[in-house]
Amino acid sequence: MIEANGLTKRYGERLAVDRLTFTVKPGQVTGFLGPNGAGKSTTMRLILGLDAPTSGTVTIDGRPFSKVAYPMREVGALLDAKAIHGGRSAYNHLVCLAQTNNLPKSRVGEVLDLVGLSEVARKRAKGFSLGMSQRLGIAAALLGDPKLLMFDEPVNGLDPEGILWIRNLMKALAAEGRTVFVSSHLMSEMENTADHLIVIGRGRLVADCTVTEFIDQNSELTIRVRTPERDRLAGLATGKGGVVAHDGEDALRITRLGMTEIGDLAFDNQIRVHELSPIQASLEQAFMELTKDSVEYHAAVPGRPAAGAIADAAAVATEVVSGAIQHGGR
Amino acid sequence: MTTATTSSALGGLTALPPASGRAGFGGALRSEWTKIRSVRSTMWTLGSAVVVTIGISVLGNWGRANHSGANAARLAQEDLTQRTLFGIILGQLIMVVFGAMAITSEYSTGMVRTSLTAQPRRAPVFAAKLLVVSFVAFVIGEVISFVSFLISSSFWRSKGISLSLSSPHAMQAVIGGGLYLAGSAILAFGLGAILRHTAGAITSGVGLLFVVTILANFLPDNWQQHLDKWLPFNSGGQVWATQHVPGNDLSAWTGFGVFMIYGAVAVLLGAYVFRNRDA
Repeated sequence: MIEANGLTKRYGERLAVDRLTFTVKPGQVTGFLGPNGAGKSTTMRLILGLDAPTSGTVTIDGRPFSKVAYPMREVGALLDAKAIHGGRSAYNHLVCLAQTNNLPKSRVGEVLDLVGLSEVARKRAKGFSLGMSQRLGIAAALLGDPKLLMFDEPVNGLDPEGILWIRNLMKALAAEGRTVFVSSHLMSEMENTADHLIVIGRGRLVADCTVTEFIDQNSELTIRVRTPERDRLAGLATGKGGVVAHDGEDALRITRLGMTEIGDLAFDNQIRVHELSPIQASLEQAFMELTKDSVEYHAAVPGRPAAGAIADAAAVATEVVSGAIQHGGR
Repeated sequence: MTTATTSSALGGLTALPPASGRAGFGGALRSEWTKIRSVRSTMWTLGSAVVVTIGISVLGNWGRANHSGANAARLAQEDLTQRTLFGIILGQLIMVVFGAMAITSEYSTGMVRTSLTAQPRRAPVFAAKLLVVSFVAFVIGEVISFVSFLISSSFWRSKGISLSLSSPHAMQAVIGGGLYLAGSAILAFGLGAILRHTAGAITSGVGLLFVVTILANFLPDNWQQHLDKWLPFNSGGQVWATQHVPGNDLSAWTGFGVFMIYGAVAVLLGAYVFRNRDA
């Protein structure tokens, strides 16, 4: 169990983590979500004591990490897969870690087998792909059979098979009663893995709830209407208080009005409707919606006011991501 | 739990033996030993320290013994023991590279974050690393010093000049040569811990041992007289010499003590930074 209380980290002028209070419970996968630069990695570094908090505290099972008798038996963490000495072989890398916690050397061969790196165990880590490095990092995290596992963007660089493998691994570890805390900037990843979500933006806590609650609370139902009289319906819907966006030549996306209201409105005004369908907001959309004000680096679109650029960038990103999700066979 | 495997998620893994006590200095020491011997850069730096230092000492002494016009009587007045070790002037720079890289490579590769996640108590990690670096540098330093002396002194003996480990102060100077090389590595290790940057640590180590010594020559004479002997190279140099350089009245061990104060200050500052600054 991780307990953060008023956790704050300031780097010079920049407030990276701002009064975060949250609890990560055992027996479930807790997703730690936020846009790039939101402070996820910093928070993880604070949990591990790599960085000292400016104020606030964070404990693991009630103690600061540095007070734990055998750190590797308590916490296995993969923060940065490339944070290894490239000149050392995978085997020696794991041996030197195992030795710090008096773990048997036999364990090294076992975890290498588990992550599928036995063949390259004697090769220097320098030549490893990002995916292999991730597997080596996971092997290191599992060395001490820890009660708590912490992964920072673990699927980066993994092939689809590897992604599936780590998802299942995280779920299985949580099912055994371990605490699993995994960060990602991709909502879609969390949607498939996490039971609980902690969402941050610009270092602040934005949401702390289950995945279902998160979608319910943060997404508005959007109705898609396809009609040959697009502009007339748009005008009428706006008049009734709906928020209307164009969706191609002959369709609209309407929020703030229910399906029944829109159907009746069209019927009363004798507008032909070819399609009337609800669009369930994905977690990705909910996430974009929630964090669009707290994204640190926006892609600027030349010649437009900043606010418009942000909304556009968010919209584009949403489309790209939902496209990818659909493509991924959801 | 009495099952043979820990879990289904970690199928194939044998259960770990129960733990008692806590992870501490012993484990850190074994880990640091594995770290230092499992990277090629250790072999390369130490290998080149051995070859360069012994090579220069041997070549220089062979040349001077066989191809200089100096007569035996005059040569006997010189500090020939120190001369047999004079490759140390370059060897110390390679030891600086070794000492600095032992710690800065943790930062340049990011390994330090992995190391401190496995063992978040930083004091034992730093102490273990320092001990391993000092031990390795000392052993290699002594090998370099003894081999340099034993080969080089044979050229002088063949010229009829008696020079052996039982010559006055020779044993002190030869042991001192190894100590001086180890001290150079320790100084650089401290600088590396402070700066966390390979090039910066090597540059400042070379600067302290080498450049400062040269620059002091440009000071006004009366300043130089007072300052010179306290410089790291000049004070530490006393321990691998058998005679005083004119103007340097520090004894061999006092000089080495002064030299080690530089190292100690660097290591203490480095330990402070290692313990307290964000990794």
